[in-house]
Amino acid sequence: MTDAKAFPLNAWYTAAWSHEVQHELAARTVCGHDVVLYRRSDGEVTALEDACWHRLLPLSMGRLEGDQVVCGYHGLVFNAAGRCTYMPAQKTINPSACVRAYPIAERHRLVWIWPGDPALADPSTIPDFHWNDGTEWVGEGGTFYSLKCDYRLVIDNLMDLTHETYVHAGSIGDEAITSTPFDVTHTDRTATVTRWMTNIEPPPFWAKQLGRPGEHVDRWQIIYFQAPSTIIGDVGVAVTGTGAPQGDRSQGVNGAFLAAITPETDTSCHYFWNFVRTFRKDDEQLTRDINKAHVNEGKGVYDQDHVVLEAQQKAIDKNPRLPFYNLNIDAGALWARKLIDGMLAREQGQPAQASNQVPNQAAE
Amino acid sequence: MAEKIEWRSARLRSVRDLTPDIRLFEIEPSGDFVVPTPGSHINVTVQIGGRADARSYSIVGPCTDGLYRIAVKLLGDSRGGSAYMWSLAPGANLTISTPGNHFFLSRGRPEYILLAGGIGITPIYTMALALAETGADFRLLYSCRRRQDLALADELQERIGARLHEFVDEEGGRVDVQAEIARLAPGGELYVCGPIGLLEAAKRVWQESGRPVDQLRFETFGNSGRFASQPFAVKIPRLGKVVEVPQNQTMLDALEAAGVGMIYDCRRGECGLCALHILEVDGIVDHRDVFFSDEEKAENRKLCTCVSRVAGGSITIDTADRAA
Repeated sequence: MTDAKAFPLNAWYTAAWSHEVQHELAARTVCGHDVVLYRRSDGEVTALEDACWHRLLPLSMGRLEGDQVVCGYHGLVFNAAGRCTYMPAQKTINPSACVRAYPIAERHRLVWIWPGDPALADPSTIPDFHWNDGTEWVGEGGTFYSLKCDYRLVIDNLMDLTHETYVHAGSIGDEAITSTPFDVTHTDRTATVTRWMTNIEPPPFWAKQLGRPGEHVDRWQIIYFQAPSTIIGDVGVAVTGTGAPQGDRSQGVNGAFLAAITPETDTSCHYFWNFVRTFRKDDEQLTRDINKAHVNEGKGVYDQDHVVLEAQQKAIDKNPRLPFYNLNIDAGALWARKLIDGMLAREQGQPAQASNQVPNQAAE
Repeated sequence: MAEKIEWRSARLRSVRDLTPDIRLFEIEPSGDFVVPTPGSHINVTVQIGGRADARSYSIVGPCTDGLYRIAVKLLGDSRGGSAYMWSLAPGANLTISTPGNHFFLSRGRPEYILLAGGIGITPIYTMALALAETGADFRLLYSCRRRQDLALADELQERIGARLHEFVDEEGGRVDVQAEIARLAPGGELYVCGPIGLLEAAKRVWQESGRPVDQLRFETFGNSGRFASQPFAVKIPRLGKVVEVPQNQTMLDALEAAGVGMIYDCRRGECGLCALHILEVDGIVDHRDVFFSDEEKAENRKLCTCVSRVAGGSITIDTADRAA
């Protein structure tokens, strides 16, 4: 009866890129909740339960009339608060007729939704994702909608970059990653993995961005997780001996991979990603090239992750009772999962349990 | 809203009288505790004359301790649900549903008026505490016939202080609904729970004020009318039947018990499915539903059999049965 929940509901999750939400109905599933999204004429975004109160037909199959949704079956009308404002063939409106309206906020060029208790929805708790604002850092980004894996597998992936050596050999992968120790720190809502690889040959991608042939570099990967599911990976290289580990990155190039991962179901997620940078910010061709390096009809580095993540989920589904074994390299991922478990426990009013030892039990 | 309702066994933990005729029940459910949202109710299986029936009771307070609290008013002329509840002693086994909500509290409105009449305080109490917790701007107007009927007033006084305004009938207290609505901020919402007279007054004033209809929220118990419940006779010429509706039974239940095929859904006067055509009335139709508009009620062409009654006489109706 008490199946372990995979994700907290009392949290802000990314539902869409701001530019994607127009004055039209769009269906999306977030944390198992089917919602219909649209932008109102005042510019604000509305998210309603995507099921008519009457016969549960998805409202996304209806149409917008002004800022109200007309059900495509019997014409019941719901306003942006989810209240029914019209019922066919009667003079009154059933007072209990409504669909759920979800708290929504737009920040950092993304639309954030709160699937849990609306009384607790405080926009000041939206994760810090300012790297995506398009000002200080630039990048285009994209989304893997309905990626067929538990959102936590994406977190595992990003919190441990040793996989780059094997999944992304030839671009950002490098033996130095696997041989360099790292440090993990945390607060009650964040976990940070820090790895400095000093005096190494830069991997191909970074050698090209730096444009200093023959120089050795100090390479950093500082991965910052905010529970339940956003990650910022501060990455880059600087010429060895110019003081990058001490804080002076002026002789280097700095990027950041951004991930806002939204559970769709227990075994699928929406993965909003971007790769932003502070160098050559006006070079639009470079922006396009970097995007293509990540996602490019199956050949980008994130395409490579995509294949691994979905295959991993399939294997978990086939062997739901097999535990994960954890290695030293998983310290960042385990802290992330522990913070998620803490959120879940607080949400359910129970003391946190050490469920991170068997992370795939939620697949049952 | 799409909600899944599940039935559970439960135990009556304790009872406490809030007023001479309103009793608070603390119920401990088995299984996972489903935390109710403000405005929620639970259904409770009651035994009436050896038969099981269900009653909905609003949840009182936020229930953060894993117990559901409901308050039940003992009604002399009721159908027997309240008498059954009052017969229960602590330790009694119950069957209850997980919470449902037909009276959802919206967040983030510029201002709120909560209007409660009598036992209608139960969902309103929970809403008031929830709004106070988030620092929302609201006032609670609480009217009762006698001062001793003001259940939960001390708790409210303590929790929301000056936001509580009490109106006691026999002391000459009257809610000036018109003035209250007039000074409600634009976009503000009115939540009403109480007897049908209070609700109809609020609906009328709200409509006249020109405010959006969806910003008036209400819940009714479907068992209060302009007249006390009385027995009456229902004549159905098409079926050659006369059905007596006792004081403690609904017309819908009496018709079904007499073998008249009926359809219905909400059983609280909202959906209109159980409505039948009126051919003739001897007495006054006491419309207790919120499905028909005032104009439709005045026309007296149909009535909602789940809640509406006839005061002082009989009614002749037609049913949908064309088999005869």
